[in-house]
Amino acid sequence: MYVAVKGGEQAIEQSWRLLDETRRGTNSVPELTLQQIEQQLGLAVDRVMTEGSLYDRELAALAIKQAQGDLPEAIFLLRAYRTTLPRFGATQAIDTAHMTLKRRISATFKDLPGGQVLGATYDYTQRLLDFELARPRRRKTDRAPAETSAPLNTAMPRVTDLLGDEGLIESETPLPGDPEPRDLTREPISFPADRATRLQNLARGDEGFLLALGYSTQRGYANSHPFAAEIRHGMLAVEIEPEELGFAIAIGEIDVTECQMVNQFHGSATEPPQFTRGYGLTFGNCERKAMAMALVDRSLRADELGETAASPAQMQEFVLYHSDSVEASGFVQHLKLPHYVDFQSELELVRKLRRERAQ
Amino acid sequence: MTTAAGYNFGYLDEQTKRMIRRALLKAVAIPGYQVPFGSREMPLPYGWGTGGIQVTAAVIGAEDVLKVIDQGSDDTTNAVNIRRFFARVTGVRTTERTTEATLIQTRHRIPETPLKDGQILIYQVPIPEMLRWLEPREAETRTMHALAEYGLMHVRLYEDIAQHGHIAATYDYPVVVNERYLMRPSPIPKFDNPKMHRSPALQLFGAGREKRIYAVPPYTAVRSLDFEDHPFEVQRWDACCALCGSRDSFLDEVITDDRGGRMFTCSDSDYCRNRREAGHAPAVTASEVSA
Repeated sequence: MYVAVKGGEQAIEQSWRLLDETRRGTNSVPELTLQQIEQQLGLAVDRVMTEGSLYDRELAALAIKQAQGDLPEAIFLLRAYRTTLPRFGATQAIDTAHMTLKRRISATFKDLPGGQVLGATYDYTQRLLDFELARPRRRKTDRAPAETSAPLNTAMPRVTDLLGDEGLIESETPLPGDPEPRDLTREPISFPADRATRLQNLARGDEGFLLALGYSTQRGYANSHPFAAEIRHGMLAVEIEPEELGFAIAIGEIDVTECQMVNQFHGSATEPPQFTRGYGLTFGNCERKAMAMALVDRSLRADELGETAASPAQMQEFVLYHSDSVEASGFVQHLKLPHYVDFQSELELVRKLRRERAQ
Repeated sequence: MTTAAGYNFGYLDEQTKRMIRRALLKAVAIPGYQVPFGSREMPLPYGWGTGGIQVTAAVIGAEDVLKVIDQGSDDTTNAVNIRRFFARVTGVRTTERTTEATLIQTRHRIPETPLKDGQILIYQVPIPEMLRWLEPREAETRTMHALAEYGLMHVRLYEDIAQHGHIAATYDYPVVVNERYLMRPSPIPKFDNPKMHRSPALQLFGAGREKRIYAVPPYTAVRSLDFEDHPFEVQRWDACCALCGSRDSFLDEVITDDRGGRMFTCSDSDYCRNRREAGHAPAVTASEVSA
């Protein structure tokens, strides 16, 4: 006689073993090292650090290896580790006006102080598969290194600051009393959420989700007339101020990408016509994410700017409750778990309703 | 007692446990009210019991005996996984016997064996908000609870009767706790709803992804919504359990072949085993079709 689902424990153990073997692949191929992932799959590492909210290239590489390159799974692994880490303190606010730039472009001015710096980008590669890469090769040493015009000026002014000097863009000032931002991983979100909380949520949010939402705003679901005032990518010093010292000390450098969108605003009863802002910031080089985040940040400001929140990208609860890939992936995939009991209940009802209808 | 190296007893750090206990105390003080809490990112996926796991981790002690069920059974893979997790991070004794357990973490069922004073039943909750499918916005539903504005739910049940002749909710059936808060009993079948009423056990509900905790203290009134002319009733089967012959338990349907053959067995595996050990057997063995 059939006896339902026994031996779950053994099945799980065997599944772990199979997974381990599948991950390793055939023994005739050398195993991936974390250094290889960190160096040669750097953009994957950047995404995992950004959405995993943990700046640690080595751990992100380990998560990618363990997840067989499934980035949402790697993000989940990193988050589950991050949650166990103690907090030693908060850093000083970073100042992106003073970063060691690797890339800086503006779509609003042809030239500007500091110039346009393309850096390493896929933007103007012609997307032809490069069959040269199919063979192992060493980094080319027989030609001069890529030309970069000496170290870039570290005090390259931000485009939005230049607009601000003319009063053309809304000023960005801290809230009265400059309150500490909330920590979404320690406190549940509540609505309406302030902008700092929203930005924190978006920074952790799934790139694909934000990309689609940002795209929807460009196609008429909450058009906000965006211009990419500036995108910059580079290294920034991180500083803390230990209480016993009384002055700030640098504890390291992080790689970040920042996107500042400027958007049309026709003015209101209290505000003259000016440009408004949308902001995106990520760890590493996650330009697509930073741009999408800036679009969604701007669309979520509908309430404060007196716009009607009619489109999904303008609805705080819709965006902020559904942006997190770890939450979304878990809940969608929980449908794999047994639902015998609920289904049995529904089955019984459907049979009853059909029987009554047939009478 | 051995626990996983590098992790605190129960996986969560003591500060986090304290935060969850504070939320639990508030939940017990206001039966049925959803308390927001700083739900942590757990090493198991959201939607797979992270809320229940955090509640269990916050209340479990070295002397506790833990039982974990999913769909009423101790043997389903997710129940096995969660039980192993706690065995690994606490080293406490685990059991499959309802009567031996001090803590029972469950998904989708309440055990058939009546619970006792001193036991704690911890539910895994996917969506804590009973009004969610009527009103998707959290800011709105919180206001509706504050005003005890539950007319919308009554209208929904009435529309079912108008359309189908019955209230068409079979699980996640709405209840009112202590005659105040409308509460979602997590997706247990409505068959289990009467077990919540004045239960001697403490009932705790954890929703990890949605970051909410709520509770029903022992001996609290839990009323399933209904109408005078359409009183609440639970599911009944024409069949009995094909293994133990029970006619009083919730039955799972098992398909035995591709020619319409099926049988029914107890969803609560511990209850079924106890009955078989006590010598109960089905009166009829032929396949029977659900009523």
